[in-house]
Amino acid sequence: MQVTGTVLTTRRVDAYHALTVVAPGIAERHRPGHFVSVAVGGARTSMITRRALTVHDVKPDYGGTVELVFTVRGPGTAWLAERRARDTLDLVGPLGRPFPLPRDPVHCVLVGAEYGSAVLFPVADALLERGCRVDFLLGGAGAERVFGAMRARRMAETTTLTTEDGSLGLRGKVTDALPSVIADTRADVVYACGPMETLRAVTAVAIEFDIPVQVAVEEAMACGIGVCMTCVIPVIGDDGVTRMVRACAEGPVFRGERVRFEDVGTIPFDALGAPGGGARHAG
Amino acid sequence: MSVDMRTFLAHVELANPITTAAGCASSGRELAQFFDLHRLGALATRSITMAPRAGRPTPRMAETPSGMLNAVGLQGPGIDAFLERELPWLAQRGIRTIVSIGGGTVAEYSELARRLADAPGVTALEVNLSCPNIEDRGRVFAREGSAAAEVIASVRSIMRYDVPVVAKLAPDVADIVSVARACVDAGADALSMINNPLGMAIDTEALRPALAAVTGGLSGPAVLPLAVRCVWQVHAALPGVPLIGVGGVMTGRDAFQLILAGACAVGVGTALFHDPYACLRIERELEDLLEARGFQRLADAVGLAHRPPGSAPRHLLVDSEESSP
Ligand SMILES: Cc1cc2nc3c(=O)[nH]c(=O)nc-3n(C[C@H](O)[C@H](O)[C@H](O)COP(=O)(O)OP(=O)(O)OC[C@H]3O[C@@H](n4cnc5c(N)ncnc54)[C@H](O)[C@@H]3O)c2cc1C
Ligand SMILES: Cc1cc2nc3c(=O)[nH]c(=O)nc-3n(C[C@H](O)[C@H](O)[C@H](O)COP(=O)(O)O)c2cc1C
Ligand code: FES
Repeated sequence: MQVTGTVLTTRRVDAYHALTVVAPGIAERHRPGHFVSVAVGGARTSMITRRALTVHDVKPDYGGTVELVFTVRGPGTAWLAERRARDTLDLVGPLGRPFPLPRDPVHCVLVGAEYGSAVLFPVADALLERGCRVDFLLGGAGAERVFGAMRARRMAETTTLTTEDGSLGLRGKVTDALPSVIADTRADVVYACGPMETLRAVTAVAIEFDIPVQVAVEEAMACGIGVCMTCVIPVIGDDGVTRMVRACAEGPVFRGERVRFEDVGTIPFDALGAPGGGARHAG
Repeated sequence: MSVDMRTFLAHVELANPITTAAGCASSGRELAQFFDLHRLGALATRSITMAPRAGRPTPRMAETPSGMLNAVGLQGPGIDAFLERELPWLAQRGIRTIVSIGGGTVAEYSELARRLADAPGVTALEVNLSCPNIEDRGRVFAREGSAAAEVIASVRSIMRYDVPVVAKLAPDVADIVSVARACVDAGADALSMINNPLGMAIDTEALRPALAAVTGGLSGPAVLPLAVRCVWQVHAALPGVPLIGVGGVMTGRDAFQLILAGACAVGVGTALFHDPYACLRIERELEDLLEARGFQRLADAVGLAHRPPGSAPRHLLVDSEESSP
């Protein structure tokens, strides 16, 4: 659904911006892993595509609020960073498929890189409610880019932090620390969000440990609602066939081992409908 | 007083002139989560091809000033899956459906038409001529009147007489009127314009083209003036031919421009990416604009901007009629 929300609060969280928006309807239907798309630039803007942002936090205040956490990348997120309390924001959501949650009280490792960590907190809440054990592994390039360390420590059994420059926690990437975190916590499942390269590496580790991994991917999106076909990635289906599927509609959450990370940005030759596979008419 | 928004695509009546643009509403189901598809004048499908198609590699989109580039490459399920799953879903609900088809040869378009000829639920058939012609070194059919006409003549001869065949034209051609005329002479019942002109953007961080396919189709408000120009020129040359105006329509006022230029229906594409309810909003805004100017019927506004200079501005005329008791 589409909601004209009002910005309630804005804050800086280290390198990131956070906006809390009153968005009844969206907050109410939100499940961990959902995202929203935000119109940027105001009424007469030349920016015609919405920006996809995951929902970090949902609260029942004022009929329902959502909190968005983002980094400034280009003109759209720069405009968002200038929003102030009482400004209005045009949101569509909740979008995408949320994280599936286990029925049993299993051990879960939540791996987040950069702002990708934001989406893991509602997941942790839901897992804790089900009696699961939650352990966080959060990372970023430097200390100011590791999101949510304090909150993670309050919620989780253990929290491991990594930075590439060594300014906080272990030096290195989240995937360097992942094998020992999985071993130490006797993890049954991994939840991950971050850049595609991180998700690829996290999935490789989970496969090595033979445990399921759920990843939330990010791919450039024009619509977020499944109509434009721009956000596709190669994913292996239940039938073993690779299809170019929409990250916004079939995702953004996928089972990691089903995503052909090495082939993202290409059309694998064996994908359904790939050129040369009997559909040789270009267009 | 409400305005009579009905319009005709050849002999097929649509309850209102606003349709989705081909390739911008996926299978229909996605938009149905937001609103009742019966409120559309018609839903246009993506261009259906014979075989399933995986499309182009990503990145497939890049935002540009007041527009975007796309290089999707007609990703779709192919005709079998379309007839099995997508069309019946629309047909069972009685949603007016313009089925778009795309092919690489005249034979492929013809085969698609044969497969669709007896399928229930095809309100009109739109032929996407912006596909590379395999038999002509990949030159798109829409570039050349004779190639476009060959496709249209074949498809027209196969489709049932009561299903209008619509030729969808591209704007980046030397003479759109000659292509339009060739299609009409070949039997097209209506024309749709414009498809995406080709554009390109370069990523100044990566120092490479922004799209994996290098070039892509430009859409959104940036192309509205191009669409208005094409509709204007074709309506001037072929005033009796129903036109679907498509390109950059974000508001009722944009749609009104295309109507005044000569379109009797209006397709909405990129606006849906920004606002899933765009078609309903545009229809409402268009009706308000017509009403404010004293129109009782949409049909009276079609092509009105072509009236000779010096003739009375219509709204003034209506105002004076209303003020005299
Ligand atoms: C499901 C999902 C969830 C996301 N969650 C977050 C989040 O919580 N916090 C955050 O900081 N960022 C998030 N992103 C990335 C965010 O959408 C982009 O950073 C943002 O769109 C960039 O917009 P811009 O105008 O600043 O940059 P520009 O590069 O100027 O954007 C230009 C165009 O490209 C599209 N685009 C560019 N990069 C991306 C990208 N990585 N993903 C999607 N679209 C892109 C934009 O939508 C826009 O249409 C998410 C992306 C997805 C797909
Ligand atoms: C993502 C995308 C996919 C499209 N796919 C098709 C298609 O399959 N067939 C077709 O005839 N036109 C296709 N088009 C062109 C549109 O139907 C329309 O002609 C064009 O985008 C201009 O309208 P707009 O500015 O309202 O989007 C596509 C456009 C976009 C943006
Ligand atoms: S962003 Fe449009 S289909 Fe996914």
